[in-house]
Amino acid sequence: MIAKWIGADAGSDARRRTLLGVGSFLLPLLVWCLVSYVPFIWHPKVQVTDPGGVDYFQVGMLVDSAQFEDEAAYTREENLAPPAGKPANPIYLPAPHEVAKAFYTGFAKPPAQKDAPWLHESLWHSIQIIFWGFLISSVIGVPLGILAGTYTTFARLSEPFIEYFRYLPAPAFGALAVAILGIYDGPKIAIIVIGTLFQQVLIIANTTRKLEATIIEAARTLGTKNLKLLTKVVVPGILPDLYRDQRILLGWAWTYLIVAELIGTSSGITFYITQQARYQHFDNVYAAIMIIGIIGFGTDLILGRLSRSLFPWDRTQDRR
Amino acid sequence: MNPNTLPSYLDQSEAVKARFDRINQRETILEVRDLGKRFRSPQGEVEALRGIDFSVRRREFVCVIGPSGCGKSTLIRILAGLESHTAGDVLLDGKPVSGPGQDRGMVFQGYSLFPWLTVKKNVMFGPQMNSRSHDEAARDAQIWLELVGLEKFADAYPHQLSGGMRQRVAIARALVNQPRILLMDEPFGALDAQTRSKMQSHLIDIWKNIDITVLFITHDLDEAIYLADRILVLKAHPGEVQEVIEVPVPRPRSPGQFNTPEFLATKAQLEQLIHPAPPAEPEDEQAVKPHLIRFTNVNDNVE
Repeated sequence: MIAKWIGADAGSDARRRTLLGVGSFLLPLLVWCLVSYVPFIWHPKVQVTDPGGVDYFQVGMLVDSAQFEDEAAYTREENLAPPAGKPANPIYLPAPHEVAKAFYTGFAKPPAQKDAPWLHESLWHSIQIIFWGFLISSVIGVPLGILAGTYTTFARLSEPFIEYFRYLPAPAFGALAVAILGIYDGPKIAIIVIGTLFQQVLIIANTTRKLEATIIEAARTLGTKNLKLLTKVVVPGILPDLYRDQRILLGWAWTYLIVAELIGTSSGITFYITQQARYQHFDNVYAAIMIIGIIGFGTDLILGRLSRSLFPWDRTQDRR
Repeated sequence: MNPNTLPSYLDQSEAVKARFDRINQRETILEVRDLGKRFRSPQGEVEALRGIDFSVRRREFVCVIGPSGCGKSTLIRILAGLESHTAGDVLLDGKPVSGPGQDRGMVFQGYSLFPWLTVKKNVMFGPQMNSRSHDEAARDAQIWLELVGLEKFADAYPHQLSGGMRQRVAIARALVNQPRILLMDEPFGALDAQTRSKMQSHLIDIWKNIDITVLFITHDLDEAIYLADRILVLKAHPGEVQEVIEVPVPRPRSPGQFNTPEFLATKAQLEQLIHPAPPAEPEDEQAVKPHLIRFTNVNDNVE
């Protein structure tokens, strides 16, 4: 029975694969539920339901269990009314149902603070930043990478500098970007470009180099020359791998988003998160963080599906 | 058969002799004069080829054979224009060769089909690169696919085909450009024995029916004798022509000729020239000394 689930062919059955995939999400959720709903697991705080004789207790207040015990013992000694409370988790760990509710209210109800952006407004702003950042990076990075991968001279001329530059942390350019591009979206897009572009050139150059040399040679013996060699052989030859690289790099761009949005006037999903954390609406914070994951993972899933119909000849896909 | 009773490989029957006379009257397609190739390697300067001299007549089938490291692949790559030479000349129809061109078709051992193109588009690639219209290219591709028997697979992708079928596509792709000479670099080396012999017969059929000259590299002696009019035997370090053998086996060829005296005599001569020396064992292999212990009953013998 167990062998059936771990052997080499455990992953080959499509139904089982889906089941395991869903399970990989349910397991962490289960842990979260256990910690949230089973009172004797963790729960280091006590939520006061009746302050009793303790003068500074208030209904709904969170206190450390040890402190609550002390106060309870004190009231017993002094013959005061004992306080009542139930075990609770710290405010920074809301229960799943609270986050689920925040998800719904984030989209359906206006935010508690006036003038604060709605969750979806923040999100849409972030998506636009990512889109432009990644587009600009790709427009420069993909051609450069292909050129560097195809022509050794070009690679030797460009790659050492790019190798150096990619070690410079993109956020370090924040102040500079603000000075040049102002305080709004310009510097944010610039940070994403700086964070993605240099990796992109190197990764795509490497992918291009992996194209079988005999494919290019075969094309040359068939009379292909110069630019056509690039457009009709190299580019189509690496296209499925290029697409895969772009998917990975898009994920990369998302990781720079949070830093980028703190630069200048903070905006987008990061502004939403910091704002909600300041008011201790941690359920909203979790909802916002999760939605970034959902968007990122969802995009990648769709792009992955798309690649099957885009590149029917690509056999590396069968192995997944 | 006792080797002593074999005829000399130099003896040619009247028919074979007449055939070689006819071949020698045809014009020369490819002429290689005193060709040499040196290159620098981390171990110092290496002379890969030295003083290679031969010519190939129109519609002749020439095989190049030699031990590994004799530079036969370098030779064919120079002829294709994929590598440069450092001495001598390569003349195609009397004109020196520089760089690859559509006048020389090439078939590689690893097929090197374009994986992103269907079989038909692979064959259309050459004509389209040489500024033929899409319709013309498609028409030509159709003809050549029929010739290699793959018209039913026109819309398949290369990865869906077997090795033999892929090599047929590669041959069609090279021939559709109507090259003067077809260069083949161990094209059947990766195929299993059965597919291989089928492909050999198929290649002979193609060669018989169209105006094409073939230069074919192989390390398989039987294959060389079965296919070739003449065999160019190279030796290694540096690669030099050791002998040019006119194959005395009469045409038309068939697999039934593998045991004829002419065939065996030629093979004996090739074996003598090439001495397939045992390949030197790498050092880490030499360090491995199995120490066998008997794990079975002494009386339990398998041999």
